[in-house]
Amino acid sequence: MSGILVVAEHSGGTFKATASELLGKASQLGGTVYAAVLGDAPAASLGGFGASKVFQAAGDFGTHDSGAAADALAAIIRAADPDIVIAPASYEMRDVLPRLTARFDSAMASECNGLRIDGGKLVARRPIYAGSIESDVTISARPAFATVRPNSFDKPASTGASAPVESVAWSATTPTTKVVETLKPETRGIDLATASKVVAGGRSLKSKESFDSVIRTLGEVMGAGVGASRAATDAGYADHSEQVGQTGQTVAPNLYLAIGISGAIQHLAGMRTSKVIVAINKDPEAPIFQHASYGIVGDLFEVVPALTEALKNA
Amino acid sequence: MKIGVCAKITPDADARIKVAADGQSIVLDGVKFGISDYDEYAIEEAIRTKEKHGGEIVSFTVGDASADKQLRSGALALGVDRSVLVTENPGDPLGIAKLLAAAIQKEGGFDVVFTGKSTIDQQNFQIGTMVAELLGWAHVTQVTALEFEGNQFKATRNMDAGIRQVVAGTLPAVISCEDGLNTVRYAKLPDIMKAKKKPLDSVGAGAIGGDAGAARSSVGNLAPPPARPAGRMIEGDAATAAKELVRLLRDEAKVL
Repeated sequence: MSGILVVAEHSGGTFKATASELLGKASQLGGTVYAAVLGDAPAASLGGFGASKVFQAAGDFGTHDSGAAADALAAIIRAADPDIVIAPASYEMRDVLPRLTARFDSAMASECNGLRIDGGKLVARRPIYAGSIESDVTISARPAFATVRPNSFDKPASTGASAPVESVAWSATTPTTKVVETLKPETRGIDLATASKVVAGGRSLKSKESFDSVIRTLGEVMGAGVGASRAATDAGYADHSEQVGQTGQTVAPNLYLAIGISGAIQHLAGMRTSKVIVAINKDPEAPIFQHASYGIVGDLFEVVPALTEALKNA
Repeated sequence: MKIGVCAKITPDADARIKVAADGQSIVLDGVKFGISDYDEYAIEEAIRTKEKHGGEIVSFTVGDASADKQLRSGALALGVDRSVLVTENPGDPLGIAKLLAAAIQKEGGFDVVFTGKSTIDQQNFQIGTMVAELLGWAHVTQVTALEFEGNQFKATRNMDAGIRQVVAGTLPAVISCEDGLNTVRYAKLPDIMKAKKKPLDSVGAGAIGGDAGAARSSVGNLAPPPARPAGRMIEGDAATAAKELVRLLRDEAKVL
């Protein structure tokens, strides 16, 4: 057998958007497309996105044990024998794929935003140096591993097709860690990393209270994930996990609103591949405007409430 | 505790990186180098661990012979006891991980090895996890809080959607360090002077029994990201501009 194996992540049995996104991309690359599912999820439904067969490993992966996930995926890789293994660049898969790469004595391209096949080899496009440069990683070993940043490719709609599911047995060999506590953030609706729309605020918000009343209110009205610049998270206006930038999350939504954010290199590294960027800033010289699709020079405390109002009425 | 730390020498975070004419590498002239930012957190955590639990810190670097300068000022001057510099240039991340794992194994006896979550140049998020796999150890990545008790550890790590998890495991382990774990210290002048006399071993792969193997991947075709189409400024008072923005996002950009 040969082909492309896509790791389809799910949350409590509901497939994440990255599953259809990566299966759609794998189908475009050509060859046979397989999906890998860890734990309990409706695996057969992945046939609707192009998987010709789904390999499923049973187990309780919900408690996040990256060692167990690595062992189960290794068993699936041995069963499917793919040329290429693609997974989302999620925290979990960041943890798992390097282990597998070392186990299979192969190579991995991390956090990619483009994939192609050239001369039978996987060539992955990915940002380096805080996104100021892009590079190709060409993998000559097999299977080639890659993680892909969410929102890099179009997500196909399901054809409704069903795929055969093969159950794969696995055993734990990796030293494990055990999840003893899960801490959920206080204020969070939409996952920032995979959100199709993101509203982000900077230091100009001046306080946690105004960050909440201005940025989070707009986020709620838009159905957007909420992000923040490093200056804003350092000042305590937003949670550290909401930081967008080189030292925080990297996002690539369809729409990114940078509000009161000047556009330091460190911030740009986390959002520059967003499809449409809106900048609202009172400083017309702010570097963020050079990257913006649409810009408004003005006081965010006037413009953003007006925007929230206009969206409510839209 | 015997504490290891892996540190890479990279261009400084604020360095202006340009692509060389051949499109295969970056221009190194005039670029300042230092220890990669996340590896600085790893060094700091190693020092804090030693301060609390006692022991010895050994750092491991794969890089050019010239890295000794940054290792003295950025690792030994801060509190690392000894540095091992493997002067090889493997062509892929797994090659680097293999040399680090070999050097760690050759030295032996470690309870914990710290790394940064990724390096700021290639941003691969791979090395720490690969080293754990090669050594057969547990690992936790992107750690923002950490404690040790006997041969057990408890680490808080970042997950998707702002979720944090506290995970427990048994040493030895590789811990990869995230922003927020600690605040790094800076070297004092007397410590920089003393660091000149601390042991720094430059070794080849053979001396540590390591073999990076032939590179399994290559990096090339470097270019700045594609230029964005020129943007449009929206004029008018707040209410007018806000309405126009909504119209453009809905009808022109079609993202609402």
